[in-house]
Amino acid sequence: MSQHPDTWRKPPFIANPLLRWAVYLGALAYFGWVAATMPIDWARVAQGIERAGRIFGGAFPPSFERSGLLIDGFLESLKIAILATVGGVALSIPIAFMAARNVAPLPVFYFGRAIIIIARSFHPVIVAIIFVKAVGFGPFAGVLTLVVYSIGFVAKMLAERIEEIDFGQVEAMRAAGAPYLSTLVYAIFPQIMPRQIGLTIYQLDSNLRASAVVGIVGAGGIGATLANAFGRYDYDFALAITIVIVGVILVSEAISGQIRKRIA
Amino acid sequence: MLKITDLVKSYGSGAPVLKNLDLTIEGESVVSIIGSSGAGKSTLLRCINRLVEPTSGSIVLNGTELTALRGRQLRAARRKIGMVFQGFNLVDRLTVMENVQSGRLGYISTWAAIMRRYPKEDIRRAYELMERVGIAQYANTRADQLSGGERQRVGVVRALMQDPEILLADEPTASLDPKTSEQIMGLLRDLAGELKLPVLINIHNVTEAKEYTDRIVGMRFGRIIFDDLPSALDEEAMERIYSGSPHADRGGDLREAS
Repeated sequence: MSQHPDTWRKPPFIANPLLRWAVYLGALAYFGWVAATMPIDWARVAQGIERAGRIFGGAFPPSFERSGLLIDGFLESLKIAILATVGGVALSIPIAFMAARNVAPLPVFYFGRAIIIIARSFHPVIVAIIFVKAVGFGPFAGVLTLVVYSIGFVAKMLAERIEEIDFGQVEAMRAAGAPYLSTLVYAIFPQIMPRQIGLTIYQLDSNLRASAVVGIVGAGGIGATLANAFGRYDYDFALAITIVIVGVILVSEAISGQIRKRIA
Repeated sequence: MLKITDLVKSYGSGAPVLKNLDLTIEGESVVSIIGSSGAGKSTLLRCINRLVEPTSGSIVLNGTELTALRGRQLRAARRKIGMVFQGFNLVDRLTVMENVQSGRLGYISTWAAIMRRYPKEDIRRAYELMERVGIAQYANTRADQLSGGERQRVGVVRALMQDPEILLADEPTASLDPKTSEQIMGLLRDLAGELKLPVLINIHNVTEAKEYTDRIVGMRFGRIIFDDLPSALDEEAMERIYSGSPHADRGGDLREAS
């Protein structure tokens, strides 16, 4: 009766069958080649497992004997995180305005975007290595690193929020003859404020986490304490530090999550 | 007096949205502009306060040529042109008082604006106008807590705070229910009389245009094809403004009709 077909198959991901099989086989061959040629020395893997066993063996039980050092390290990390968040967010706001297409002229927009892209393109550890070289070991290098890290994230997210604003409010201020800054303060700030607060809290949390990492390359804080403990084979102290880091991060994440939920 | 001469606005290389348009608004008359969507009503209004940049032509408000102004002078000219928007364009997260005072942003310093240190006479004037339109009790309420009619009243007061020489209203009642819509139209008409202020209203509702305004301007595809008293707007004129073949109009043969 019906002339219509009763079978149907999903069109393939790549329409050309020759190309399709070439891509599949090519990918498979590459993985095989990579696995075959990676220099994995199984003897060293065995040694490594043994060494890992020694480290973990030495780490138990964790030692809280030098908790004074631990607390000092943490307070320093907290100071680094707070300073970096304040500085980073303060710089992020003007950069975000520069990088928002709907409020910035084209050249300024490119400049703002360029700052954000540069700030985002390096991992904090690499930035930290550069700053440690530039200003020496210690917390100041950590603060500078996390300021850059904060700009990369906060300015980008804030610029995107500015691009989403209801432009009618800006239009109303313009129609009233308001100067540029007054327009920003009345028509844009109120719209982006909730996001701004949320991002700041998130970034404080994130900077606290990152400050532990950048400390390992010499930028101060608890990370430096941890690196020293490892360097002196104090594995039990290192484990104690690690446990505290995980605990503090869990607590800070819970707190920041709660605050962000409240203001959303 | 507002005098528009030979105004052209085109976007890109397409057909112009406004085609050699002439319009004069005198005294304190309430003028409505009607026409189907896309006729150029909104563009015309926005050319006056330069939210839209005219391509060519002249717009003179009380002796000031508006089309050539830049920067500070443009802002000074905009202060004298109040505008009421279809979507109200209030700052939702600010209080009604802050919204109303934002009409004074062109007069006060940025610092005073940020610190919310408004001049005494501005605050008194704000309460006066809010009282007049019936929203004085909302001074400390956030703008997004108000109903549509109340929000548009805030919009009207904000525009009047500018101490304007002319009021532009871009479909001020299109987002409102019929009853509220009539209240706002009545308010605009009454305020125009009280403040001796010419008002230019874009409107879709022809019945309201006839009832609340002194003069009706009919637009079609960037031209004015009707300009007379509301009583002169008969079936035939309505037909010319709202129906017919768009292609015939775009052909440009209706020039003599304007």
